[in-house]
Formats: sequence, structure tokens, C-alpha cells
Amino acid sequence: MPNTQSPDFFDINSLLSEDERQVRDTVARFVDDRVLPIISDCFENEKFPMELATEMAELGLLGPTIQDFGCAGLNQVAYGLIMQELEQGDSGVRSFASVQSSLVMYPINRWGSDEQKQRWMPALAKAEAIGCFGLTEPDGGSDPGTMKTIAKKDGNDWILNGAKMWITNGSIADVSVVWANTDQGIRGFLVEKDTKGYTTRDIPHKFSLRASITSELFFDNCRIPDTNRLPTAEGLSSPLSCLTQARFGIAWGAIGAAMACYREASEFASERILFGKPLSHKQQVQVRLADMLRRITTGQLLALQLGRLKDEGRIHHSQVSLAKWNNVRMALDIARDARDLLGAGGISVECCPIRHAMNLESVITYEGTETIHQLIVGREITGVAAF
Amino acid sequence: MRILTIVKQVPDSNATIKVKPDESGIDSAGLKLVPDPFDEFGIELAVQLREKRGDVEEIVALTVGPDKAAEALRVALAMGADKGMHLNDGAFDLTNELLLASIVAQAIKRDEAGFDLLLCGKYNIDLDSGAFGPALAEYLDIPHVGAVTGLDVSEDGKSFEARRRIEGAEEVVECGLPALLTIEKGLVEPRYPSLPNLMKAKKKPVDVLTSAELQTDESLQVATQFQSVAPPAPKPDCKFVEGEPEDMVKELVRLLREEAKVV
Ligand SMILES: Cc1cc2nc3c(=O)[nH]c(=O)nc-3n(C[C@H](O)[C@H](O)[C@H](O)COP(=O)(O)OP(=O)(O)OC[C@H]3O[C@@H](n4cnc5c(N)ncnc54)[C@H](O)[C@@H]3O)c2cc1C
Repeated sequence: MPNTQSPDFFDINSLLSEDERQVRDTVARFVDDRVLPIISDCFENEKFPMELATEMAELGLLGPTIQDFGCAGLNQVAYGLIMQELEQGDSGVRSFASVQSSLVMYPINRWGSDEQKQRWMPALAKAEAIGCFGLTEPDGGSDPGTMKTIAKKDGNDWILNGAKMWITNGSIADVSVVWANTDQGIRGFLVEKDTKGYTTRDIPHKFSLRASITSELFFDNCRIPDTNRLPTAEGLSSPLSCLTQARFGIAWGAIGAAMACYREASEFASERILFGKPLSHKQQVQVRLADMLRRITTGQLLALQLGRLKDEGRIHHSQVSLAKWNNVRMALDIARDARDLLGAGGISVECCPIRHAMNLESVITYEGTETIHQLIVGREITGVAAF
Repeated sequence: MRILTIVKQVPDSNATIKVKPDESGIDSAGLKLVPDPFDEFGIELAVQLREKRGDVEEIVALTVGPDKAAEALRVALAMGADKGMHLNDGAFDLTNELLLASIVAQAIKRDEAGFDLLLCGKYNIDLDSGAFGPALAEYLDIPHVGAVTGLDVSEDGKSFEARRRIEGAEEVVECGLPALLTIEKGLVEPRYPSLPNLMKAKKKPVDVLTSAELQTDESLQVATQFQSVAPPAPKPDCKFVEGEPEDMVKELVRLLREEAKVV
């Protein structure tokens, strides 16, 4: 019988290696034991569960595809499954791991000097240091090429001025990977927490990703030694390739959120008796549940093949765009519909769909809005950039 | 000191159990299996003893089960065991704890260095029987202390003091090693196997033993005979008694007498 419960309707489980399954099950257990019991409270009270950062590090969830520095050296499918399981818990918790792994450890490992790697990678893997990624600015995140943050060379140092906005982990970060314009084009800098002239401010009143910290970063004549510049990162393509890593993880993560919403909705539908019958016996409700299952199954297959392509080194960034677009849209629609199926109870933080739906409003915007991903795929079809 | 920790792979306690239509067993298709949570207490205890003491030379994890049970062994190896023993043969009937104990005892006797401390859960959550641990101790002719909630191993590693909860009190048992302990919930909190350790666990050695090496004693096949499994009967409807406390009590007594006919 096909598994409609978890759900795994097309038996994706059988397409996974034993390593991949065991990684998934370990993270699933962690999420059940450690994330789910506290997450609605964190969301309601706008609190990032800092203790989970250390626990995720102990489990090896930070930089899990990296081979050195005590990291697990997993493949990309296993990384995707980690993201899926974390987001069964909460998109905010998954965002923390995404940023630390794909947007901070990845660039330092890829473009950093040996000294930078030795200093930061082991600490980041253990969550003894937290990182953030500063690309977006107040004026137009979709068009980062026009960024206003600038770094000017001054002897062996750089003088950094500007501001970044909507930065996950900003105020708790010990190191920020900051992208700035220079005479030679865009460059990446490691800005340390106590740098003079560097300040942060949390963005309050969010209705989304409330269990994750989002901040503004300000640079007022910050003096950054050249040894803190990522030596081999050059041009806008560097931050964009970080985004490809993170977007890959999001395409998987969104499936987790959708699975959690689907499960809650289908359980409710089988228990709720209306007009003398369980809700799940009504045609219209069955169509809705079937549609959720159809879209989750499609997303699962899409993500798995995307992961296999990435493991074979054959992935194209426009494929990642299509997957992020498809899967986040799928998850957001399912979360909203599951919320509706739950009736009035569905507006309470006690039920997961409203929390996921509100979170996914961020997920569909960050790491490239849905429109941007559609335009990336459109450019691939036509050869014309229409941004 | 050498420690053996026994781990059985069982259905996840959160999984929905489906009984086969002919009631011959549970439907294992797609069923999520995990290392028994009580056995994990044993693994964790072994690893903590090594972390605390200088004299733990080796921790061996043993499982009985089909190919898939290797996953449970791998968790034990990732948590800190050094090597595994996998008793894998269709003839090893997993529902017959006495038979299992006799097979495991044979496997243990094949190990020349011998074990000082044997650990397993106070029972396994699949059968809830609890016969395995004591039976194994009996086959090995060593002492057994059941449902242990506290443990101090002596400095010389030759004896221990174990605590266990009994009706209204706590019992303290002093005993020499070697011995077998079954572990109660609460003694230790099992760690999660980290992903790097899960990957490293693949490289640790695992000996596989089959019925070519281990005899299944015919006479034990009747020790436990598995008849059938059935899902629990559905819960009857609940009735809520409402009103002032005094009236509620009267109504409850009336219902118990007239409808339930129990008073
Ligand atoms: C919770 C949260 C966390 C975040 N974390 C980070 C982080 O850690 N680091 C980081 O650098 N950034 C982060 N971001 C920022 C995020 O990446 C940006 O918000 C996103 O790229 C969109 O930029 P914007 O908000 O400036 O919107 P804009 O770019 O101003 O877009 C506004 C609207 O215009 C649409 N649009 C854009 N271009 C076109 C076009 N050519 N044609 C038609 N429509 C178009 C967009 O789709 C959108 O609907 C985060 C955002 C959120 C909400």
C-alpha cells in the first residue's frame, strides 16, 4: 500500500541509500524530541531557541557536506533531507542551519584563505561562532548588483560603509560575510562582531519567521584588514553561487513544512465529524487532500532528482530556481489550505499550518522571490533577461 | 573492562501499527524501525562508563535480526561502541525470547576475551516481555540485576552497586562482575548519534554469525509459541456527567449501577 501517512506516496524512501535514510531518521528524531515541543512557544514569543544551535552542531547539522573540520562530509541528497526534516519543525530553525551552512561556511570554505578557514570553520561547525550573510540592502534586494555598500582600499585595509537589511542571525553573529562594491567590483568581507563602527539592530514586529532573528547591519567607516577579505571571491557571481546552495536546501525544506501541514490536516479530517460523517468522507475534502498529496509527491521527486544532479556535478542554477519556485509555492498553498481545513482551531499557534503558512511567506520572498525565479527560468528558455 | 551491549531493532513507538489481515503478525511494509529505546540506555551507559573510567577497553554491540537490523547496530556504533556482532538468520525467531537468549549466549561464549558487563533494556517495547535479559544471564550462569535506576562500578572494576525501584522503596544491590544489568528509563539520557559519527560507524568491524555457527535448540521452540496479534478493540464512547458535584456523584453512581452494572 502506498504510504499516504508520512507521506511518501511514490516510495521515495526506496530510492535513498542507507546513509541517506539514516541521516533523515536521525534528524527527524531530533526534530520530534527537541524542536516540536518548544517551537510554537518560540514562534508566539518571537524567540530564537539558541540552545538548539548547540544541539544542531553536536548532531553535525552545520556544514554537513563539508569534508574537513570535523564535519560529516555527506552528499547533497542527505543535506536536502536534513533541511526537509528541520523544516518539518519550523522554517526558522531550518533558516538558521541554511545560513550557517550554505551562506557562511560554504563561502569561507570555498573562497577563504587557510588562515580564515582555520579560524572560523571548526568554530562555525560547533556553533561556538555564529555567522550571517549580508547581501540584501534596504533598496531592492532583487537587484543586488546595484548595492550601495562600498569598501575603499586604504593601505592594507578597507574602509567599509553602508547598510544591510533583512539579515538572518544578524545580531547574534560573531562573523558576517558582507558583500560590498569596490573599485574592482563586488568583494566579500568577513566582518567581526566587535569591529569599530559596526552595529546591528533587530527587525521587530515580524509576522513570519518569528523563531528566527532578522536584523539590520550598519557599517560606519569600519576598518577591515585585507586579510579579512575572501581572497578568491570576485564579482556578483560569488554571492549568487552561495544563494544557489541555500536555495537548493530551501527546495527540500519546503517539502518538510508541506508534509507537516498535510499530516495535521488529514488527521483532523478523519477525526472531525460533521453532518454525521468524518470530514474525510466528503468528496470535496478528499479532493483537497489528494491535491496536497499530488503536489507533495511531485515536489519530493523534483527535489530528489535535483539532489542527484547536484551530487553528479551536473546541476544548473536555473534548475534550482525551478525547484525553489515549485516547492515553496506548493508548501505555501498547502499550508494555507490546511489552515482552512482546520476551521477556527487552525488560526491557533497550537496547530502547525498557520505557523508554517506565515513562515513560508518569508521563504517565498527570501533567496530570490518567486518572480525572480520565474524570470531566471524564463531567461533560460528565451535567452533574454527580462528582470 | 569489556562491555557488551545488546540492541534490538523494534517498530518506532510513534508508528501506526497495522496488523496483517490474517492476524499472523504486524505488517512491516514501510514500518519505521528504530533501536529499542531501552536498549539505547544500555549503549549510553556503556559509553558513559568509558568516558568516566580509564579501564573500559572495548564496547561491543550485539543485535539479532535480519539484514535491516544492521541499522540499529550502526546507531550503537555511532553512539560509541567499537565493534558489532550481528546474529542474522531466518531461524532466529525474534518473538521467542528464550530462544534468542540461548543463541546470544552461544555467540558470547565464542568471544575469547569475555565480557565483564552485559547491558540491555529492561524490556523491549515490541513484545514488552522482559524475559530476554534474565534468561541470557541464566544461560551464561552470571548474576542479573533487573530494571536498574542507579549504578556505581567499583574503582577496581570487579564489583558494583546498583539501585532499583521496588514497591515503595529503593533496593540497593551489591554484586561482583561479570554480571548482566537490564536498564530502566531515567538512569541515563541517550545521546543522538551525530552525523559524522554515523558515517564513521560504517568503517567499524561487524562480525556476522548465522545458524552455521549458532545452534537453535529445538526444545526451546515451544518455549514461547506465537499465536496471533490483533489490534486493540476500539474505545467505547465516553459519557460526560454534568451538573453540580453532588448531582454528578449521584448520577455517576446510578450509571455505574444501572448501566455499567459494576456496583
Ligand atoms: C525573514 C527574512 C530573512 C532574510 N534573510 C536574509 C539574509 O540572511 N541575507 C540576505 O542578504 N537577505 C536576506 N533576506 C532578504 C531577501 O533575500 C530579500 O527580501 C529578497 O531578495 C527580496 O528583496 P526585497 O525585499 O528588497 O524586495 P524587492 O526586490 O524590492 O521586490 C519587491 C517585489 O518586486 C518583485 N520584483 C522584483 N524584480 C522584479 C521584476 N524584474 N519584475 C517584476 N517584479 C519584480 C519581487 O518579486 C517582489 O514581489 C531575508 C528576507 C526575509 C523576509
